[in-house]
Order: sequence, then structure tokens, then C-alpha cells
Amino acid sequence: MKISFAHIGYATMAMERLLQDLGHEVIPPLQPTANTFSLGAVHSPEFACIPFKILMGTYLEAMERGADALLSAGGRGPCRAGYYGEIHQRILRELGHEPRLFFFWPPYQVPLDTLKKLNGLRGKTSWLQMVRYIKKAWKMMIALDDLEILSHRIRPLETETGATSKAFRQALGYIRQARTLEEIEEASIAGIERLHQVPQDPNREVLRVGIVGEIYVQIEPAANFFLEEMMGEMGVECHRSIFMTNYVRHDVFSRHGDLSARELAQPYLPLNIGGHGQNSIGDVVRFAAKSFDGVIQLAPFTCIPEIVAKSMMPHLSQELDIPILTFFIDEQTARGGVETRLEAFVDMIWQKRALRNAGSRSVFDRAKIPGDRGLAPVSSR
Amino acid sequence: MPKTIGIPRTLAYYTFFPLWKVFLEELGLNVVLSRQTNKNILEMGVRDAVTDACLPIKIYHGHVADLKDRVDYLFVPRMISADGRSTFCPKFLGLPDMVRFSATDLPPLLDLEYRMRRGRFSNFLFFQTLGEQLGYPLRQVSRGYLQARRVFQAYREWQYAGLPPEEAMREAESSGRPRLPAREVKQHAGLRIAVVGYPYVVYDPFINANLLQILKDAGCEVWTVERVADSRLRTMSRQLKEDLYWYYSNRVVWAGLHYLSQLDFLDGLIHVTAFACGPDAMVDKLLELESRDRGQVPFLKITIDEHSGDAGLVTRLEAFLDMLKARQRPGLTPRV
Ligand code: SF4
Ligand code: SF4
Repeated sequence: MKISFAHIGYATMAMERLLQDLGHEVIPPLQPTANTFSLGAVHSPEFACIPFKILMGTYLEAMERGADALLSAGGRGPCRAGYYGEIHQRILRELGHEPRLFFFWPPYQVPLDTLKKLNGLRGKTSWLQMVRYIKKAWKMMIALDDLEILSHRIRPLETETGATSKAFRQALGYIRQARTLEEIEEASIAGIERLHQVPQDPNREVLRVGIVGEIYVQIEPAANFFLEEMMGEMGVECHRSIFMTNYVRHDVFSRHGDLSARELAQPYLPLNIGGHGQNSIGDVVRFAAKSFDGVIQLAPFTCIPEIVAKSMMPHLSQELDIPILTFFIDEQTARGGVETRLEAFVDMIWQKRALRNAGSRSVFDRAKIPGDRGLAPVSSR
Repeated sequence: MPKTIGIPRTLAYYTFFPLWKVFLEELGLNVVLSRQTNKNILEMGVRDAVTDACLPIKIYHGHVADLKDRVDYLFVPRMISADGRSTFCPKFLGLPDMVRFSATDLPPLLDLEYRMRRGRFSNFLFFQTLGEQLGYPLRQVSRGYLQARRVFQAYREWQYAGLPPEEAMREAESSGRPRLPAREVKQHAGLRIAVVGYPYVVYDPFINANLLQILKDAGCEVWTVERVADSRLRTMSRQLKEDLYWYYSNRVVWAGLHYLSQLDFLDGLIHVTAFACGPDAMVDKLLELESRDRGQVPFLKITIDEHSGDAGLVTRLEAFLDMLKARQRPGLTPRV
């Protein structure tokens, strides 16, 4: 079985390792490019959301490179992602491909189905061994997320543009080479040290901006034009609300999602409307409570939950006194346009910061707000 | 003075209005509908609603704007589920919140959750809560509910018999259930076309540029989702590995599959969809692929947007009908 899967940001590496450990030949997915975008868009329904189109393109590229099995996952309603597999498969079939598809839904909803599919993936590995491999991949994901978070903190302070990104890629290289649990741990520490070596100006004043929105365009930097790197180099520290590890904890292994974000969203959007719509609202409230300078909402064009969330953003922005910028992304979005709007936004929040420094007000009792979900980089894990 | 309750004339209105209206009127309340969708309503909707919303949601905001100054309450229930098997589109789930945060100077909203499970009881609970909120005793509420159910049942039957929603409402209220044998399929000389899509898209002549009338004027007999029996829809659902997650979308796909299987009855299938509708990206692909696989009933997709009034739609429709006429086969017998 030559297996491939969607490119899911840096966590791709952990997935790849897991599948290799299980003894499969892996066709590692390529980071989506403009080509992937257009290939996917051509073969997708016009109003499918961009993650669907990117996945479509990624799968087609993988099939060309010889894959005969695909791995994917999605929530089971109320939004579209859970139906991705079915439609992707039908379109692929229409184009003459017959991949074997492993499409996972949240295990608590369909436990038997999940076990069956895991069994299909297991091959000759014993269940116990498989659990070990999964644990290892999980450690790897944590290490990758830690590195990424740290890079977001360091980049705005770097004294030489691009130094952080370079160090970050080296650190990723360490992790890629690690095979065992111990090696992963070592690589993680080495990577963190490597990032700390980036020459920084610790006294520089930076802006803090929270990122909310749909999961795929958050965790796959190629889907958002490496927004965090752009922002970092403009002197902004980004705090993203979704990372692979907290997503897995909140949404894969529990039925309620991120409770604190849902709670914070209550006064505005009391119901889970699928995707991360409710989280987007809750996270805006949280970022505002922590006196962030602004929030960026990332959403695929036609993304249903994020459109609902966006309809409340003007109100939230006013009530909580926090600037919010929304990007709806589709295959026609151009990097240049994103950059221009970002620059204008950053200028605006600098001015606001200056005003705030002059004499400030806060609408919140901060003690009452639950903690930041961003995982602090802790090398000892 | 009885209180006035405003109901926006779109979205779930097309399915549930008789149920709501009769119930509220039985309590002695005054029910006011917004005007038929028109240019002004569209403009107000475009102004109020979030830019990236689909056309039907914008239009809903327009209807809210049309009503808000002349009613005591706005009836904006949070439609969650109608069959216990699927939910409504996520935009329905967040609809009261969208309205609340997009429009200004609103009267109080009646936005309780409509969450049906199997069985009638949960339906009653909705009305019980509604009655309580408005301050009516249980006995009156129960009576109103029973009456509303009766009319609603009749409404569904009239629709099944082929009346468009507004006529079906009138008939259901004035003459109760249809007395004729529920459906009579006559021989028909012209084309038989199935038009599937969400009721708020198919039955609102303003947003679909009067599609149904154009078809009728061209001598076609038109069949819609509402004319397929629920039991038949359930049967068709087994042809798919997995349900879609949304109530209206499921019904459209199932009805589409039903019509695609009526080879010697039907001449063509049209799917009407709104610009940038999320669920329809899936629905339309499914229908397109199914119709291609089966390869017998020609399929046309029509996307409507804010400017569908223009000639493009009519031209495409005419071309489609011409194509169908060219391949029409005589002596078809209905199989329903
Ligand atoms: S949440 Fe948005 S991007 Fe994800 S499936 Fe739903 S519509 Fe698509
Ligand atoms: S189903 Fe489509 S048209 Fe209807 S509300 Fe949802 S997105 Fe809009």
C-alpha cells in the first residue's frame, strides 16, 4: 500500500513517521503550491471551501506520484468536512483513480468504524505496538508545535530578517531525523536552543495579535500565505488559537470541543454551529480580555461557520474594543493583496497602541478569563 | 390590542409557516408576514447582512428589516433539526445571532430552539415553551397546537398534490385536507421537468427570476421536492453510503435521486442553487455525478445570485428545453 494524506502544516511530519512506523510505503504529501490550488480548484465544485480544493489538489498530486491509498479525517456534521471523503472519492473515481480511502470521523461518535479503519491501517503491527507508535507520533507533534510557537515569539524580536525562519527550518530538520522517543526529546531541546540562538533585541516593543478561524487555513501555512511569518517580520507576535495538538485534545478525543472558548462565546453565539465558528467568537473574547492589539480571522471563502462568526465581528470589535481583520481565502487570493491589507492593519493597531500607551482603559475583569490555550513551549515534556 | 408577531417570509417559512401561524393565531395573536421579496427587501438585506453570506440569508435580513418597525415580536426560531436525523445548514443554526448582531433597533426576538427528534412530543414541547414565553395557559396552548398540526398536515398534503406553498396554505386553512385522490397524474403533452432545490430558492419568484413560471409558460409540467413522498425519500436515502448533514440538502439529494430513477416519466432535472451556498457545493456535485453515472435524465444546474433577473438565465433555460424537446420520446407512461 502506497499511502498519502493531506498536508497539515508541520504536523505532516508526525503523520508521515507514524505511517512509516506501521510499515507502509508513504508518499509524503507536498506542501500545497499555487499549482495545487489551481489543480484542486479545477476538479472541485465551485463553491467548495478552499480546504476541500487544496486537499483535492494534494490528492491528485499524490496519485500522480503513485499513491494508491489516502488517509483523511473530518468531523461528522454539522459542517461539510465529514463529507469531504465521500465527494473526494467520487471525483477521483470520475478521473479514473481508485484509491483506498481511510476516512476517520471522531472516534467517540463512531468507535467501531474507527477501530475497523485503524485495523486496516495496522497491517502486521500488533495493537500494542501501534499504540506505542501513535504515542511517539504524538510526542513529535508536541515537539513540532512547541517549536512553531516559540518561533512566533522570537521572530518579531529578531535583529536580522529571516534569521528565525532559517533557524526554525533547521530545528524542523532535527525532528525529522529523530526516530525514537529519546531522539525526539533530544531533537526538541536542540531545536529550542537553536531558536534561542537567533540574535534578538529583547527590548523591542512588539504588537500581539491573535489568530482565529477555520482549522485548515490556520494550521497549514501555505493556505494562509505564511501569514505568521509575514506578521512576525513586521514586528508582530502571533498567537494562533488552533494547533494540531490542542485540536486533537479538544475535538478528536472529546465531544465538546474547547470548553473555555465555547463558554466565552455564549453571550454571542450560544450553539455549536460546526467547524470552529463558535471557537472563533470565544477566542476573540479571550484575546480581547488579554489586551491583545488585534485579531485576525482566517476563513475559507464560503466557509459556513466562519461567515456566521464574521457577522458578529463588527459588534464584538466595538464592544470589546479590539480591531479585527477578516481574510476570506480562495484560490484567487493573492499573496500581495494579503500583505497590503496586513500592513495597513498593523499600522492601524500601532496607532491604537500609541493611544493606549498614552492613557488606557480596559473593559474586563481579567481574573475571570480562563487561561491561554496556546501551549507554552516547555522543553521538559 | 393583541400583540403582533412578525414572521419573515423566507427560509423555513416555506416549510413551517402554517404550523406557526395557526398556533399563534389560535392564541389570539396577530401574525404579520413581511412583504413578498422585492427589490427593496433585497437591498435592505444586502445592506444589513454580512457581505459573504449567501443570497437567501441576505434576503432573510431584508425581510427582518421590512418587519421590524411594525411588530411587537419577531419570530426568528433557531431551526436546529426537523427530523432528528440531520441538522439545518449551520447558517440556520446561527441565524438569530446573525440577525441580532447585524440589524439595529429590533423588537424582541422569539428565538427558541426548534429541535425535533423522532415522535410528536418534542414538537409539542417547542410550542409549549413558546406559549409559556408569551404567557398563555397550557390548555389553550394544547388546543392551539392540535389545530396547528391539523392544518400543517393538510398543508403538506396539498403540497404533495402539487400546489405551490402559498396556495397550499390557503387551501389547507380554508378547506382542510385535499379530498381528491391525493395525486392524479395526467397524460401531459409537454415536457416534464423536475426542479429540485431549497424551497426558499425554488418558490421565491423574485430570487429565481420566476423560474417556475417560465417553465410553465413553456408548456412544461413541473415537479418539485415537495411532491415526493417522505417514505419514498427515505427509500432513496439508502442509495447513499452516508447522509449529508443538513435537512434541506438531504431532501434535495434524495428527491433528485428519485427523479433520476424515473426514466420513462421525466424529461429533465434542474438543480437550482444559490450563489456561494456551502452545502450545495456537495449537493450539486452528488447530483451531477449521479446523473452522469446513470446517464439518462439530462441535468442542468442553475445558480442564482443578486442579478439573476437578467437574460442569461432565460437563455440557458431555453437552450436546455430545446435540447430536451429534440430528444423527447412519445407515449410515456407515468410511474409514480
Ligand atoms: S468549517 Fe468551513 S472550511 Fe471547514 S468544512 Fe465547514 S465550510 Fe468547509
Ligand atoms: S443551505 Fe445554502 S442557501 Fe441555505 S442558508 Fe445554507 S448556505 Fe445559504
